[in-house]
Amino acid sequence: MQYNVEVRTSLKKGMLNPEASTIEKALALLNFEVENTKTINIIQFSLNAENKEEALAQVDEMCQKLLCNPVIHDYEINISEE
Amino acid sequence: MTDVSDVNVGIIRFPGTNCDRDIEYAVNLVGANSKYIYWSESDLSNLDVVIIPGGFSYGDYLRAGAIAGITPIINAIKDFAKQNNPVLGICNGAQILGEIDLVPGVFIENENAKFICESKKLKVNTTRTPFTKLYKKNDVIDLPIAHKEGRYYTDNLEELYDNDQIVLTFEDGNPNGSMDAITGVCNNEGNVVAVMPHPERAVEDLLRSKDGLKFFESFLD
Repeated sequence: MQYNVEVRTSLKKGMLNPEASTIEKALALLNFEVENTKTINIIQFSLNAENKEEALAQVDEMCQKLLCNPVIHDYEINISEE
Repeated sequence: MTDVSDVNVGIIRFPGTNCDRDIEYAVNLVGANSKYIYWSESDLSNLDVVIIPGGFSYGDYLRAGAIAGITPIINAIKDFAKQNNPVLGICNGAQILGEIDLVPGVFIENENAKFICESKKLKVNTTRTPFTKLYKKNDVIDLPIAHKEGRYYTDNLEELYDNDQIVLTFEDGNPNGSMDAITGVCNNEGNVVAVMPHPERAVEDLLRSKDGLKFFESFLD
């Protein structure tokens, strides 16, 4: 079965995010007053697996080994059938 | 390591490494032999020291050092380190050592999101490592920094103090927002050292400072 996978990685809550604060300040230059700006990286791919659980296990391992650094990142995995 | 000319230093190259020749120059300046080792290799036998240079390995994709951290040479470096051999990571090399957990913590985007390239006064906090043993504790040295991802972060700061794992700290201010102004750390054993500043860019008077030379002389001692 082929699955569509989306991994969203973001800095852990409370961690300083210089990219987000720079964007927020730039928006203020355009007179848009916003708060709580975050940046989230999205990685998408398709994957063949026996079933959804196996796909999830594989993607979780990818996150632990490469896509995230568990010291600083939270991640969210979304899997859907193609 | 009695005869300096018998000391063999492996300099690791990834796609995007760009401080490799500066390291080679510094290593040869102190009289040791150098050899380039590529990311795809897995043999570090006959080497006494391994140095991971700075640069932008794999374009800093995902995170600085992340992709270098899963290449074949990394397992060899981990084995080499486990045998208590000296390993030094400078700048991108330091980021890689953080990514592969050979040193505690990680180096992430600077607080002000700027690439900072300037000389900095730094304090040598420990002389127990193979790269700092010729300094005196609390020596203040002048080395250049050149990075955008150099903010040191760890979820266990106490452990660094308890185990004497802080190697370098910024002496005047904290340009990148690192925890406790830390910009160099080592593993618990002290043989693996990760520093954001560039000792190889401060090895002779022409470079305005030769305060980095002892990093290279120390492992010969």
